[in-house]
Amino acid sequence: MQGKITINGHIRDWSEGMTVQDALDMMNYTFRMLVVKINGSLVPRKEYAAATIPDGAEVMVIHLISGG
Amino acid sequence: MTRKDYFCERDPLAFPIWQKATVGIAGAGGLGSNIALLLARAGIGKLVIGDYDVVSISNLNRQAFTLKQVGQPKTEALQQNILAVNPYITLDVHQKRLDEDNIPALFHDVDIMIEAFDKAKEKAMLIECWQSCFPQIELICASGISGYGKSEEIKIVTSGNLHIVGDQTSCLSPGIAPISTRVMIVAAMQANLALERLICKAK
Repeated sequence: MQGKITINGHIRDWSEGMTVQDALDMMNYTFRMLVVKINGSLVPRKEYAAATIPDGAEVMVIHLISGG
Repeated sequence: MTRKDYFCERDPLAFPIWQKATVGIAGAGGLGSNIALLLARAGIGKLVIGDYDVVSISNLNRQAFTLKQVGQPKTEALQQNILAVNPYITLDVHQKRLDEDNIPALFHDVDIMIEAFDKAKEKAMLIECWQSCFPQIELICASGISGYGKSEEIKIVTSGNLHIVGDQTSCLSPGIAPISTRVMIVAAMQANLALERLICKAK
């Protein structure tokens, strides 16, 4: 099954079974410390490889950078 | 001086809401020390502040401490500096390293929470901990504060009850501390957002 999702405002192709890690790889988000939300719900870091993204989802990826 | 004298010329609608509010601040460094003073001046009724560290000379380029306070625990030094500005605030300070085990107990009664850690790993820890313990309470974080200039690149990104202030791009260079001006801009934006959200919540 094919569809579309939105990642940080960019529309991208979606396919059945796509995980958070797949989406991060697709976007080249290699930064070590990220916060990922799918349709407003936080995905814990240890679940990136297992958590799947539903079709039409709004994915938000926030880069966490040291300094304070 | 009476309490009434001290709190003169305050906004009649906003100030009573801020006086009743409790704000949590995780970290009392560049962001946290400045955020605490800003909120104390604005008239927040109670602050809960946690930090394990002591004041060092390298902190003085951006943190709200003095030379005489070098070597003192940051929470203790910050408490002195806040009370020197506003003696009518309630402070609940904890000199300890904050983690997912003690954060829920220390900050359970806050109306809004502010992340003011230094390390990205600690920021992520707080976001995950907060989401699982208090998803109904708004959390204001910072990410990307290094360097100078580029004020216009500092923005607020919001998703549900999570707000991130910063440019989300500028990384620290090894051995070079963040600079006062950009740290203060982000601290002020975090504090300003907290004041705004408290008013929105009260409506």
